[in-house]
Amino acid sequence: MVSAVTETLEQPSIDDVWRWLGNVPDPEIPVVSVVDLGIVRDVNWDGGALVVTVTPTYSGCPATAVISFEIEEFLRRKGIEKICIKTQLSPAWTTDWITDGAREKLRAYGIAPPVGEASCAGALKASGPVACPHCGSENTAEVSRFGSTPCKASWRCNDCLEPFDYFKSF
Amino acid sequence: MTVDVKTDSALFELALRMGDNTLILGQQVSAWCGLAPILEEDIALANTALDLIGQTKLWLGFAGEIEGKGRGADDLAFLRDARAFRNVLLVEQPNGDFGQTLMRQYLFDAWHLPMLTALKTSTEKRVADIAEKSAKEAAYHLERSEDLIIRLGDGSDESHQRMQTALDALWPFAGELTEADETDNELAKRGLAPDLSGIKKQHESRMRSALKEATLEIPDAAIRKGGKQGMHSEGLGYILSDMQWLQRAYPGAKW
Repeated sequence: MVSAVTETLEQPSIDDVWRWLGNVPDPEIPVVSVVDLGIVRDVNWDGGALVVTVTPTYSGCPATAVISFEIEEFLRRKGIEKICIKTQLSPAWTTDWITDGAREKLRAYGIAPPVGEASCAGALKASGPVACPHCGSENTAEVSRFGSTPCKASWRCNDCLEPFDYFKSF
Repeated sequence: MTVDVKTDSALFELALRMGDNTLILGQQVSAWCGLAPILEEDIALANTALDLIGQTKLWLGFAGEIEGKGRGADDLAFLRDARAFRNVLLVEQPNGDFGQTLMRQYLFDAWHLPMLTALKTSTEKRVADIAEKSAKEAAYHLERSEDLIIRLGDGSDESHQRMQTALDALWPFAGELTEADETDNELAKRGLAPDLSGIKKQHESRMRSALKEATLEIPDAAIRKGGKQGMHSEGLGYILSDMQWLQRAYPGAKW
């Protein structure tokens, strides 16, 4: 009955770890993963410990601590025992790192994805028309530059009259 | 320059000054949560406060490392007395009405953005990294506060009057942000922080043009200062007793 399985488990490959992390949802917007959002910057083995480098989206975002906790939890369930979560501030996180697939997922979830590239000045005024995620109309207006989470602004559609969240270009 | 930052007293002061400004302003602005005149502004104020507190964690965490005595951001925030705080007097001025809170925010933001932008090229990498992160947030804080002081200043008779009253009360405190002392001069000489006379020019020209557009008149008043050296107004004591109460009453309490 005793098999070799209890012997030293082989270290999972970096590719596997990236794939697993692709299943760790963002705590606020669960349709996208922490990898989709560009929060995970690097994964590597340092001796027996797995080092995962993450970057905060907004420095005060309450989800940041939850994200680190969830990554650790998730990897522990995959059998990795020594995990080190490293925070990296530079280069500062930008919505430009959000993958194309994730942008589509955001739209389907009812959140308009960021429009245009984030300027280095950090101006949050959308650089182009923000399409309503519900009806697709570009006849929309900003209600407030702030929204339900630090990363979102409140918008409304002048055609279907629905309010919606816009993921600010940042 | 990143070799040994320990026991560097000028660098410690820089981190405290940056972190105490964002801490005290963040603490004050957060008191608006649930009380702002409209929902959108309530959310904007809470988000701004959140960003400021987030930046505080970075600055004070760094300050604790430089000091090398095992104090973290929370120890510095909750267990220091007023005289050890290095924030400018501006941020400890009372919230007042919505106009006063906005004006205080604007005078601060108009300094914060050029200051952080300049700190991105600090010879100390940790300072540059924190500045890079914070500058993006400061940019949109400024976008909002500038937009609002112009709309309210150039708005109804009542909103104009309230913004003028706010400016009269707060303008004397704006100058301290760019008033260099010996520490500032040493920091500038070592390339750790910018020469404040350059920041002063940017701060003043931005404020003057926005306040003009807001149809507000800048009062003729002497600079009020002292916070950077730990000489505070009475207000800070009340802010700290509110903010530090829990850690003082239950030392070491954790979530």
